[in-house]
Amino acid sequence: MQIDLSVRNITKKFKDFIAVKSVSFDVKDGQFFSILGPSGCGKTTLLRMIAGLTEPTEGVIEIRGKSMVGIPPNKRPVNLIFQQLALFPMMNVGENIAFGLFRRGEKKTIIKKKVETILERVELSGFENKKIDQLSGGQKQRVAIARCLVLEPAVLLLDEPLGALDLKLREQMKVELKKLQAKVGTTFVYITHDQSEALVMSDFVAVMNNGEFEQIDTPQNLYNNPKTPFVAQFVGDNNTWTGRIRQCDKYIAEIETDEGHLFRTKVEDAFQTGLSVDLFLRPEAMLIQPAPNIANLNRFKVIIKSILFDGANSQLLATRPDSKKELLVALPQNRQYDYIQVNDNIEIGWNEQSGICFPRKQLP
Amino acid sequence: MKHQKRWALFFFLTPVILWLFLLIVLPHIDLLIMSFRIENDAGEMVWSLSNYAQFFEEPIYWRTFVRTAVYSILVTFLTFVIALPVALYITKVVAPRFQGFLTLLLLLPFWVSELVRVYGWMILLRESGVINHFLIKLGILNRPVEMLYNDATMILGLIYTSMLFMIVPLIAVLESLDNSLIEAAYDLGANMWTILFKIIIPHATPGIVSGSIVVFMLTLGNYLTPNLMGGKNSLWFTEQIYNQFIASFNWNQGSAFGFLLLVLSSIVVWLGLKLTRQTLRTVVK
Repeated sequence: MQIDLSVRNITKKFKDFIAVKSVSFDVKDGQFFSILGPSGCGKTTLLRMIAGLTEPTEGVIEIRGKSMVGIPPNKRPVNLIFQQLALFPMMNVGENIAFGLFRRGEKKTIIKKKVETILERVELSGFENKKIDQLSGGQKQRVAIARCLVLEPAVLLLDEPLGALDLKLREQMKVELKKLQAKVGTTFVYITHDQSEALVMSDFVAVMNNGEFEQIDTPQNLYNNPKTPFVAQFVGDNNTWTGRIRQCDKYIAEIETDEGHLFRTKVEDAFQTGLSVDLFLRPEAMLIQPAPNIANLNRFKVIIKSILFDGANSQLLATRPDSKKELLVALPQNRQYDYIQVNDNIEIGWNEQSGICFPRKQLP
Repeated sequence: MKHQKRWALFFFLTPVILWLFLLIVLPHIDLLIMSFRIENDAGEMVWSLSNYAQFFEEPIYWRTFVRTAVYSILVTFLTFVIALPVALYITKVVAPRFQGFLTLLLLLPFWVSELVRVYGWMILLRESGVINHFLIKLGILNRPVEMLYNDATMILGLIYTSMLFMIVPLIAVLESLDNSLIEAAYDLGANMWTILFKIIIPHATPGIVSGSIVVFMLTLGNYLTPNLMGGKNSLWFTEQIYNQFIASFNWNQGSAFGFLLLVLSSIVVWLGLKLTRQTLRTVVK
């Protein structure tokens, strides 16, 4: 498969602040590639460098095998969808979409045809003469996408375009964007701080922190096998413990947490006894009242502190009787656990394969 | 409560209305009446259109009038052409912390009266002035040239005088232009000129029109700068009005000229608004 975008050792320094540190990645033709990171991690800077709006300090960006060094944004085969969409308020929808085509000097009749086709594709047929301020948030979104897609870019860059929408619309646009990408087959590079956007839409996700990529992987792998503590923490909900290795045989370690509890969990390496570790556990890895015959569970009693009802994402907030540490336990809404009340004493168990354990970074 | 509100409105509006009525409307009505009256042979004041007829009969009057109109439009346009890059630089290029400082620098010359500023230019440009002195010292000229008292110098002075009134509305309107619009246009394949004509100028139109109206009116009604920098070679219509009032003591003729100038400026402003599809309401905002 053709590689549409290749970024190699790209670095950006602003005076004494390094926004992007030697980042490298490839995006294949037709992929939906997301860069996920907290605000201020350098992801927008990275995207702007790909678009050509910011000049990298070091490194090479290649688009379809052609180096982009010194090529201004108006000559690059990439288009950027801005966070605030940046639709031109002085033009109507049709003129907005035709803007790039006119700059290329295409014929008027062809432009008209292309605008019609692309509007049909984003399901806004007949909107040519509408003013921008007559559109709803979702419609503006689609006009912004159409304005870029009509130019048939090698790579479409999206800078948190769903950020300004309200929750309901955002959920809807997530699915729509994914479908649209599959339909048009353009390579998308999408940046976001919202993990659910990245996980739902992408083929590959790069998790970025402090200007560096922590892990590039499929959404499933990111969630199930995070390679760094940051990824484990940033992607998905977590229960976190800190503790020390008591003993470690091959890939199962016994950990004593700071609260004095013992857990058995799988580990990637044979860790030394006494090593400080962080232990992460997904809320859904904890089973409520597990059947006595299930083996290899870390079982313990907890007291329910509160029930956080949120539909399919409902959780229990619980503590062990002898500690104050609060645990998040997923509460499946299949009516099976409706009997659970606050202050109930129940048993919780988690499989030793579900734990994610990393050696603790030594604090300087 | 309602009664109180009305009283407050009345209280604050009264001085404005009094000022407008006593100092603007009333004198203008008087001038309008005066412009239609002449002294007949018997020394009595009678109604007549001859003050206006005089204007069309005497070429120097209407030629000066047309000249003033054309040059005012030219000055307005040139001021805009110079002010736009300055305003763009201050709002879009320079770091935000210098913006206030640069705007202050623009404002600074206006702390000095127009008279002093024009004299400043005269010191620079006159035959024995600073520029001539240096040009001769450098051997570029071998004898001093009179740079004052021509159309070019007068236009320079008028542009300098009205610069600020164009830049300030432009800065205000460009500040509201989202940078990402410029970047989006650039990203979509536009070059600098397309961005200027398709994005920046359409966005800035209300500011451009309000700046232009102010500059045009100020220039049209300027007396000092054309008089001092243009001298006898560059006549301005305000000088004709002055001459009628002060030199000829013909207030009736002067009033007619004054009204012609008022009509001219109203027509040009109205045309400008129509051409740019703006309304006075959006421009005044």
